[in-house]
Amino acid sequence: MTVVERREIALVDLLDRLLAGGVVITGDITLRIADVDLVRIDLNALISSVNESVPSPFELLPPPCGPGKAVSPCEPEEAL
Amino acid sequence: MTGLRYVYAVCRPFGTPLQSQLTGIGGAPPGLLHHHGLVAVVSQVPEADFGEEALKAHLEDLDWLAATARAHQGVIDALTTVTTPLPLRLGTVFRDCSGVRSMIEAREDDFRRTLERLEGRVEWGVKVYLDPEPPEPAAAVAARPGSGRDYLRRRRESTHAQEDRWQRAEAFAGSLHERLCRYAEDSRLHPPQNSTLSTTPGQNVLNAAYLVPRKHSEEFVETVDRTKGEAPGIRVELTGPWAAYSFTGEGQS
Repeated sequence: MTVVERREIALVDLLDRLLAGGVVITGDITLRIADVDLVRIDLNALISSVNESVPSPFELLPPPCGPGKAVSPCEPEEAL
Repeated sequence: MTGLRYVYAVCRPFGTPLQSQLTGIGGAPPGLLHHHGLVAVVSQVPEADFGEEALKAHLEDLDWLAATARAHQGVIDALTTVTTPLPLRLGTVFRDCSGVRSMIEAREDDFRRTLERLEGRVEWGVKVYLDPEPPEPAAAVAARPGSGRDYLRRRRESTHAQEDRWQRAEAFAGSLHERLCRYAEDSRLHPPQNSTLSTTPGQNVLNAAYLVPRKHSEEFVETVDRTKGEAPGIRVELTGPWAAYSFTGEGQS
């Protein structure tokens, strides 16, 4: 059993944190991942999309809102 | 050249300068934008890569995503050595610095509260894997089942063995999690990773993140280390210290 192996961080560990963690802010241009809690699934989809061009798991947030603009159902909670 | 502003993290002001050769996304050096007593760590990114359409297209390119994620992490790592950064999610981009300032103003109370909570803490990742099933002894493979009944018996035995291994791995993961929680202020259980994606042999049983005060990190790491050899067929992997990516939200799942 190997413990504490120091080596380059695996991409999957990195994306677990960078795509599912961190503070969510609606920037001027912000990407949103279709289902932030399921990075694993997103990555599956992403990889399939690379291979088989299935629809992208990513979508862009609408630009910071004009009032009365339709709000997408999965607006992040912390969004401004 | 038109540039957008990519924001990596928000921090409290810190005295130590960032290493001079540090580069962020696209090789641009990150700068500090002070506003309202907080610091946004920002670099310029080309609109050609981070404009809406371009970003959308890029995100389907795994190589691009990997390079961007590693550059983002490089900056956060450098920050972690000099302060406790509040990392933002990958891909937070503003038109210009005034956009970044407005964002800070809108969220400052929130940022201060979270920075206070995370001060002096780091995140450690711990994963538990069940090693791939040992290959059947050559004799068993070679010997063809004498009858249908033999075949069924052998299949049943192998299924039971597999269930046992799972149960042992889950029990081990549970007890390890409990032990680690003693040193951690908070923890998150992430969904287990898919072995195809992680390219790690074995099945991922536990994929957890722990928020640990720096002063307890050594004990935490030693506790993980001591699990070495504790359970046959089970592997424990430690990653970190990370910035507290998994603990940036209050009621985050």
